[in-house]
Amino acid sequence: MTPSGPGLGPVLLSLVQVSRTHGDGDLAVHALQGVDLDVRVGELVAVMGPSGSGKSTLLNVAGGLDTPTEGTVTLAGAELSALDLKGRARLRRRSVGYVFQDFNLVPALTAAENVSLPRELDGVRQREARVEALAALSEVGVADLADRFPDEMSGGQQQRVAIARALAGPRRLVLADEPTGALDSVTGEEVMRVLRSRVDAGAGGLLVTHEARFAAWADRTVFLRDGVVVDSTGDRGGPGSLLVGAGSDGLGSSHWPSGPTDQDG
Amino acid sequence: MSVRHGLLALLAEGPMHGYQLRQEFERRTGGTWPLNIGQVYTTVHRLVRDGLAEPVPQGEIGSAEEPGAPDGEGSGERFRLTEAGRAEATAWWARPVERGAPARDELAIKLALAVTAPGVDVPAVVQAQRTETLRALQDYTRLKARAAAEDLAWLLVLDNLVFVAEAEVRWLDHVEARVARAAATNAARGPRPAPGQGSTTQVSPGPPAVGVGPVGRDLR
Repeated sequence: MTPSGPGLGPVLLSLVQVSRTHGDGDLAVHALQGVDLDVRVGELVAVMGPSGSGKSTLLNVAGGLDTPTEGTVTLAGAELSALDLKGRARLRRRSVGYVFQDFNLVPALTAAENVSLPRELDGVRQREARVEALAALSEVGVADLADRFPDEMSGGQQQRVAIARALAGPRRLVLADEPTGALDSVTGEEVMRVLRSRVDAGAGGLLVTHEARFAAWADRTVFLRDGVVVDSTGDRGGPGSLLVGAGSDGLGSSHWPSGPTDQDG
Repeated sequence: MSVRHGLLALLAEGPMHGYQLRQEFERRTGGTWPLNIGQVYTTVHRLVRDGLAEPVPQGEIGSAEEPGAPDGEGSGERFRLTEAGRAEATAWWARPVERGAPARDELAIKLALAVTAPGVDVPAVVQAQRTETLRALQDYTRLKARAAAEDLAWLLVLDNLVFVAEAEVRWLDHVEARVARAAATNAARGPRPAPGQGSTTQVSPGPPAVGVGPVGRDLR
């Protein structure tokens, strides 16, 4: 089931028949089994499932932090298994950013320094990295916090910085592990809006969450159970979906494009 | 009921024609619960019958408070609240919405029957519903993403739909876990395992909440 939704760019991340087994024989634990998954530019994909269903393993395998026992992972056009450890680490630094539940900013560095650090580690000169960082911070609406330290920022602000860091410079894929887990519902929504708009602006995202309300910001949600993809909501609806063809009933009062669904009763 | 009090609250803001009431009600709730004009007049006439509203006497029309009245003016009379109506409108804000007898919920009924009916693949029923509810949640969220930040009323209506849908997903997760646990308990008690289980036993790394079996994979 290869998505070919409207307005989506090239494939950033592709998992083909990926399995990850820990141990062997009778004690083998199948963390992932035969998972196929693509993330394209402009696409945010959510992964839901109970704890132990393989969500974290999926994220680790997708980002090259863990290696599948079977199947292939292609990241930014490069097949990970074809690279040595060093090459994989470099590809990871250049192409992928992570966002975690607990923000994971370096406490002793300012927001701008946190964002530019991985770029500097990648050999980019300090001044250039700072320019990139300021641009990235501005994209997520916290340009004015560039010189603040993490403990001088709210949780929502820190998570925006983390999103900026994940997509600074040439990075196009963000892997987010419960990014709203430590935030209240309104702040969590703001962070999802930022993530959504960054993806819409030309990135791709894989989002692990156990909250349906946040998964709903994705273009589609994949359900994982016992390491197997059991279902998916499918691609974002085409022209026939709820959003398009905004009609009005003549009153000009309806936000519902195709007329609200009137339940009986 | 919500229509009655909704109209009461709108009339508390000033006298209105039936069509204005309809328009305001729909505008303020984002057109989520459309009214037909007949419903509006039926409800208003009940308000009048119950002494909560009254028609504005002809002589008082045109007191400059409503310059923007569209044409078709003479077509309907305007209504305003009585003292009692005003009191009821105020009381409505102060009173929590009653949560009396649960409304008939097709999904709850369906699952209650599913867990007791023979031969129903409950996890499959749960998953199919979860996917469907999440699709609805995605649609609401897209509407939210497009909504203007200042359209607070509309955003609150959408949030309501979002939270109700999310609650349904959480309940489905819970149903799945509870059914799986019950199945595990029954299997432990029963002397013989069901035929065909156990050839490819999966060791789930998580709690025993999941993995009732590979049934229901073929949902689509």
